[in-house]
Amino acid sequence: MLMSVGSLAAMGLALGSVLGVASRYLSVEADPIEAELLAMLPGSQCGQCGYVGCGQAAAALAKGEAPVTLCPPGGKATVEALAAKLGVKVDLSQVVDSGPQIAEVTEEICVGCCRCIKVCPTDAIIGAAKQIHNVIREACTGCSSCIDVCPTEALAMMPIPVTLQHWTWPKPASAQH
Amino acid sequence: MGFLDRFLKTPNWGVHPEDHKRPAADVPLRLFPSPERIFMPLHQHVGGAARPIVMVGQKVLKGQLIAQAQGNISAPIHASVSGTISAVGEVTAPHPSGLPFKAITIDSDGENRWIDSEPLADPFSAAPEEITKRTAAAGVVGLGGATFPAAPKFALGKRLKVTTLIVNGGECEPYLSSDDRIMRDYPEMVIDGARLVMHAIGATQALVGIENNKPEAIAAMRQAAAAFPEIKICPLPALYPMGSDRQLIKVLTGIEVPSDARAAETGVLVHNVSTCAAVHKAIRLGQPLVERIITINGGAIAAPGNLYAPLGTMISDLFAFVGLKEAPSRLILGGPMMGTPLLHDRIPIVKGASGILAFNAAEAFVPEAGPCIRCGNCTKACPMGLLPLEMAARIRVGDLEGAEKFELQDCISCGCCAYVCPSHIPLVQYFSHAKGELTAAERSKLRTEATKRLVEAKTARIEREEREKLEAAARRKAERDAAKAAAAKAATPVAEQTQGASA
Repeated sequence: MLMSVGSLAAMGLALGSVLGVASRYLSVEADPIEAELLAMLPGSQCGQCGYVGCGQAAAALAKGEAPVTLCPPGGKATVEALAAKLGVKVDLSQVVDSGPQIAEVTEEICVGCCRCIKVCPTDAIIGAAKQIHNVIREACTGCSSCIDVCPTEALAMMPIPVTLQHWTWPKPASAQH
Repeated sequence: MGFLDRFLKTPNWGVHPEDHKRPAADVPLRLFPSPERIFMPLHQHVGGAARPIVMVGQKVLKGQLIAQAQGNISAPIHASVSGTISAVGEVTAPHPSGLPFKAITIDSDGENRWIDSEPLADPFSAAPEEITKRTAAAGVVGLGGATFPAAPKFALGKRLKVTTLIVNGGECEPYLSSDDRIMRDYPEMVIDGARLVMHAIGATQALVGIENNKPEAIAAMRQAAAAFPEIKICPLPALYPMGSDRQLIKVLTGIEVPSDARAAETGVLVHNVSTCAAVHKAIRLGQPLVERIITINGGAIAAPGNLYAPLGTMISDLFAFVGLKEAPSRLILGGPMMGTPLLHDRIPIVKGASGILAFNAAEAFVPEAGPCIRCGNCTKACPMGLLPLEMAARIRVGDLEGAEKFELQDCISCGCCAYVCPSHIPLVQYFSHAKGELTAAERSKLRTEATKRLVEAKTARIEREEREKLEAAARRKAERDAAKAAAAKAATPVAEQTQGASA
């Protein structure tokens, strides 16, 4: 009895100290820049950049494997923030800000299957089984995750129309040359 | 230097553009006959658009409420003619983009029948809040061009204990003379309106600033204000942009409004002369804001002058009334310095429309922009004390944050810098572009943050649902077990009894 307790305690102590030493010497340091980059990304894990999620994209950015223009939903502002953080020069005029787009349901075709609701990262689609679904415009981030899962192609990405409130003056033509 | 400036009372900013106000300002005010059809936009003010409360086919009287204010900063819209609502649709906005916005179309019955009004009998013995309430209900907004709803401004003035009301009769923009006309033709309305505003905000004195290029207006206003010692008429040097509130406050009171503060926080509140007249009409006559004086001027106009027209009238109808000498080369809503370029004339006039300018080819000519020679004229002209050349140089290469460091947000887009620029650089467009882009960037940042919150909310929801599912399953299992145990318990004594019996 005493023997077994003693030997188990000794083994625990020994293995514990090995683990302790290993965590000190063999630790993998999380890149602090990665965390900062991750904070700049939208975090909707939509995968449009080609990576599994925003964390992987941030890791690739930190290693310099991905261009700062990788995030379509982030738009120009994200590109600028990433470029500033990484100290990269980026020609913003080349960034095709295809303009903000959001998903829209064609109500005549929607069968109410609920598949899009499950994949939406921001819960921007409302509806229930056999009920027509709809997109909450303010909550949709334009990640287009829902487009692929729709069995009837009732979902499509539509550019957000420019309104009086969102219109901005273009840069003067004389600034171009 | 600042001391010397105050002593000499000559501001060290601004420009002296050719004013082109006469002969249009001297032509007597003409009444525009009621148009056949008007298009009443729902968004004629700063803040939330009004919400329509009428149906197509409904008969309305002049002055009847057709759209309610929505939100804290908003203004209601009233019918400007009597007739039938024929559509609630879209019309081109008076905006440089040429984009549409919502408007209610009314087919006039030609009778111009007013709705029954209930004027306030003795406004000065009424509570100040009553004035504010009625001003809000009448849809009065700042008519100088900013179109900020008047009532929230009154409430702000009352809350911040404003002592001085400044009545803005500067009208420093060239070509425009609608404020000049209202001061010449209806000075008692303006003065009474100013007294009502003073009552509403609790101010003890009013300073009426009028540029000295309008001697007739100064004389008329002096006569009307003679009986009221608390109202002082102050002639001002004719200098652009004297009609801008911060500049007017500085010249009249010597107070410089800090960059991050509102005028009311320094104890003064500015209201335009036309706004005061509109307040007078709202309180004394019970009439909402449905008409205004509008200047029609420019080289392409056959008979320039001021018209008294219902809001929502198409600009093309106004042009048909005054006649066109030639097809206008450029159309501007407002003045040439700060006005809005319009793409065509099928656009209705709105509450903030002080004038419509139709320029001929010579007036519309814009020389080609050259490179900046760093002469520094723009810095001398800038009434806000900014460095337009530095800001433009940064915006040109896309360094908007750099421009922001030069206090871009303080720019009032008055156009003095572009006016004096010998290289004809469109400086104001640079600044408007940069301000728009910065606002858009700010918006997308907020959006990204909102997305993060939504994603977190979804993750939390999924986790909660999983947990609840597990808990529910555990509960069911426990219930099942309990039921089983109970069943077993109930069954056992019976079994024992039967066993006992058999034994």
